[in-house]
Amino acid sequence: MEKIYDLVILGAGPAGLSAGIYGGRSRLATLIIEQGKDGGQIAITSSIENYPGQMLTGETGATLIARMTEQARLFGAERRSDTIKELRLREPVKRLIGNYEEYLARSVIVATGAQHRPIGCINEEKFIGKGISFCATCDALFFEQMEVYVVGGGDAAVEEAVYLAKFARSVTIIHRRNELRAAQSIQDKAFATPNIHFMWESIVVEVGGDELLSTIIVKNVKTGELTTLHADLSDGFFGLFGFLGLLPNTELLAGSLDLDAKGYVKTDENMHTNIPGVFAAGDLRTKVLRQVVTAAADGAIAANEAQHYLADL
Amino acid sequence: MLEVDKLTFEAEVLKAPHKIVVDFYGDGCVACEALMPKLHALAEQYGSANLKFCALNTSKARRLAISQKILGLPVIAVYENGRIIDSCAKDEATAEKVEAMIKKYI
Repeated sequence: MEKIYDLVILGAGPAGLSAGIYGGRSRLATLIIEQGKDGGQIAITSSIENYPGQMLTGETGATLIARMTEQARLFGAERRSDTIKELRLREPVKRLIGNYEEYLARSVIVATGAQHRPIGCINEEKFIGKGISFCATCDALFFEQMEVYVVGGGDAAVEEAVYLAKFARSVTIIHRRNELRAAQSIQDKAFATPNIHFMWESIVVEVGGDELLSTIIVKNVKTGELTTLHADLSDGFFGLFGFLGLLPNTELLAGSLDLDAKGYVKTDENMHTNIPGVFAAGDLRTKVLRQVVTAAADGAIAANEAQHYLADL
Repeated sequence: MLEVDKLTFEAEVLKAPHKIVVDFYGDGCVACEALMPKLHALAEQYGSANLKFCALNTSKARRLAISQKILGLPVIAVYENGRIIDSCAKDEATAEKVEAMIKKYI
């Protein structure tokens, strides 16, 4: 007979691993399934400064997550690397169908997180890794002494623009409004950086180039005017970094769980979804503050609620 | 796993008489670091005289990477006769997808 887990957790970011720690520690037969690398978005974050109790120097997303992974393992949470392609959540024993195996669970925590929002311009897919990037820490070095454009106006966009300006010859922030949304302290850093420039009230509509990115067509949202930016001939290419916020990884859930208009999972404050025994934790959930610390808290609450749910079965 | 650099890339990769998987990584690329142990395991498991594995630190070979049309990390590429015949890049470069790609060439 197939093993029926007490708790299956989808996703091994801070929310999923925290749920795994609490689930394992409560002696629930717990399984964590992750399709990629542990940590999700945080795994590519170069510096963590605001997770309480972290190492005060040299903490990266990867080092923090490595300890969470180990902690979940020590409490006995099992692990699988698999991609779930179908969920049957309504029955008392829930079925998760993966590429490699099927998993049975009495309760489920979905913690699949969110990913970067695409720029949304023509030819975007074709130039990812060929000039378009969503990861400054990964790719900044390719643009040493080159021209770089950054799309967005929030904390991440402006913070990463300041980081990129250490490498690039010039960084231009393309923003759809006429002012930034980023925290004032971050804005101050950007305005004080001499090689950061701004294109206000503008959006990127199309990109192009011969293998590597060398043209960007920008539209002024007020006047509708189109401007084509060309890479300097001696450079041959330039960079375009997108930091336009998040897109929840909830496609798989759309048929079964209640989502809000932006696709985030609706829960109550105790992480309950509309289906009994199914909980959501972390960035994929409708909430105000999406941080490692709030994801970890969600995971703890969700695992605790799952335990109560199982006790009442 | 063989570490290549800008001096040895041509001989080891472009002129290789066999297929070769290249792990393009870089300093400060956490996604690359996360993938590296998996790639070492794949090299152990699938490496042969017909399919070799190597890694290139693009931070020390930026122009070389750009000449290979690489501007984003991580990239795991399969080379044959001096050309990239298949690759997994960025979000596509997951352990699962890289293994599936490599299995096509063993």
